[in-house]
Amino acid sequence: MNNHRWKESIPTAAMWSIAILITALLAWILCDIAWRGFSHVSWDFLTSEPRDAGRQGGIAPMIVSTLLILCVSLSIAFPLSLGTAIWLVEQTRQTSLGGRAIRMSLDALAAVPSIVFGLFGNAFFCVLLGMEYSILSGGLTLACMLLPILTRVTEEALRSVPTEFQHASAAAGLTKTTTLLYITLPTAGPTIAAGAVLGIGRALAETAALIFTAGYVTRMPGSVWDSGRSLSVHIYDMAMNVPGGNSQAYATALVLIVMLLIVNMTVVSLIRLGSNRISGRNAR
Amino acid sequence: MILSRSSTLSRSLADRCLRWGTATAAMLSGSIVLLVIVFLWKESWPALKELGLVRFFTDASWHPLSDRFGLLPMIAATLATTLGAVLVATPLGIGSAIFTQFYAPPRLARWYRRLIELLAGIPSVVYGLWGLVVLVPIMSHLGGTGQGLLTAICVLALMILPTVSLTADVALGSVPSNWLQGAAASGLRPWTIATQVALPAARSGIGAGVMLATARAIGETMAVLMVAGNVVKMPTSLSGPVRTLTANIASEMGYASSSHRAVLFVSGLLLMVAAAGIVLLAEWLRGDRHE
Repeated sequence: MNNHRWKESIPTAAMWSIAILITALLAWILCDIAWRGFSHVSWDFLTSEPRDAGRQGGIAPMIVSTLLILCVSLSIAFPLSLGTAIWLVEQTRQTSLGGRAIRMSLDALAAVPSIVFGLFGNAFFCVLLGMEYSILSGGLTLACMLLPILTRVTEEALRSVPTEFQHASAAAGLTKTTTLLYITLPTAGPTIAAGAVLGIGRALAETAALIFTAGYVTRMPGSVWDSGRSLSVHIYDMAMNVPGGNSQAYATALVLIVMLLIVNMTVVSLIRLGSNRISGRNAR
Repeated sequence: MILSRSSTLSRSLADRCLRWGTATAAMLSGSIVLLVIVFLWKESWPALKELGLVRFFTDASWHPLSDRFGLLPMIAATLATTLGAVLVATPLGIGSAIFTQFYAPPRLARWYRRLIELLAGIPSVVYGLWGLVVLVPIMSHLGGTGQGLLTAICVLALMILPTVSLTADVALGSVPSNWLQGAAASGLRPWTIATQVALPAARSGIGAGVMLATARAIGETMAVLMVAGNVVKMPTSLSGPVRTLTANIASEMGYASSSHRAVLFVSGLLLMVAAAGIVLLAEWLRGDRHE
């Protein structure tokens, strides 16, 4: 018996040390960013333009560019993914040829490396459609990237709505469209929103697809036709191409991480709200 | 679904609009991957036609401005970083999933899972920055500048670890609980249950997760570009600098023109075929298990 307990204690210790190691690594990265970034972040840093190739000044144009790229990509990808998910769930059987083909092509799209999206976006949006390096090109490229994940989350959200809801609605004589608009979408709403916020997180983190589509101009963008540098591209440029840019890179990384933490917390609470809305049906 | 068996009401105008609207959206979404393939092919075609696929492997070096297009060192670097990262991340990721499923108290497991999701959400450029400023000086004690194959493997392993861990977690969690209870009732220890019962039952799901992580490692660009040293060279030692295919595209796309640009698209096409092939295989493996 003693021998058994001894044999069991080695794997127990090993599994706990793996968990502690991973936690420590995450803490190391986050503390490093917070520690080195914090001293440079100020109101002035967030609201002023960069000077001296970015070594001085702030990141206001990058924040604006990042938000514009986000708006462009989500305003295209969100409706498209919602339509696709509704079609996959409501308009076709799960095993139909069309449904399977579209799901497979989205899986393949999800696998495309982001730098390859950058190549595609450069050839298609920048060169062929003549948008050049612009926030519009970058946003549209990102929209293509976000489409698979947004569609998948929305599809799962719609499937999680209990079929009794729809049966009840059909029994009451409502059309499919009415059922969708007033029953299915409101029930799945928080989870769909969580998917959209998840998409925002992905878009904020993206770098490789944006360098050769949205460009790296540090000026404040006047419109979506201007080139604009995202926060992530700014971190890369400060760390790699500007000697003495490390502290600015860290400060920008801290701003980006804080944005991502807010996104992460929003996703968690939206998912909780979504599952309450579905499981709460028995209480009523 | 039940509703699609048409009653007269469901044939209303709104329903038809919904049907056509969503079908158009689905067609559009489904065709984007084809658009990507067509454009990569179209842009790579001049290089494939002029140089042929063989020269990318037989040319002695990568000097695109003087017509030498040897991709081999960079292909080797991509394979080396990917293989190294997967070898490091797989045991750690599976171990971390076993921890959440069999060792951690439920509350801790929930927090730990959220922490892994957080790790998955950190941008690759931030991993790159941390690697460059923190890890590179530490690695330089092993010789060289610190920017090299081993540093790239470490950063890359950390980046794909959440993918392995989260998918293995889901796969282990979907092992029927009466199997586990039966094993526990017959007096087996947690470690025996995990390795003899749960892991074999979850192996296709875990395998699919490892493959997804491999695809991610192949395509990863920014972090590798920042810590691998960015020198086109066959990977011969762990501390020596290398440049992967992805890092090559990111470094040279800004100024490449004509056949140089076309060759970069060829390497993009190679990356896409490799990554998409692995992911589709993984999805097929996972789908197989569900049926």
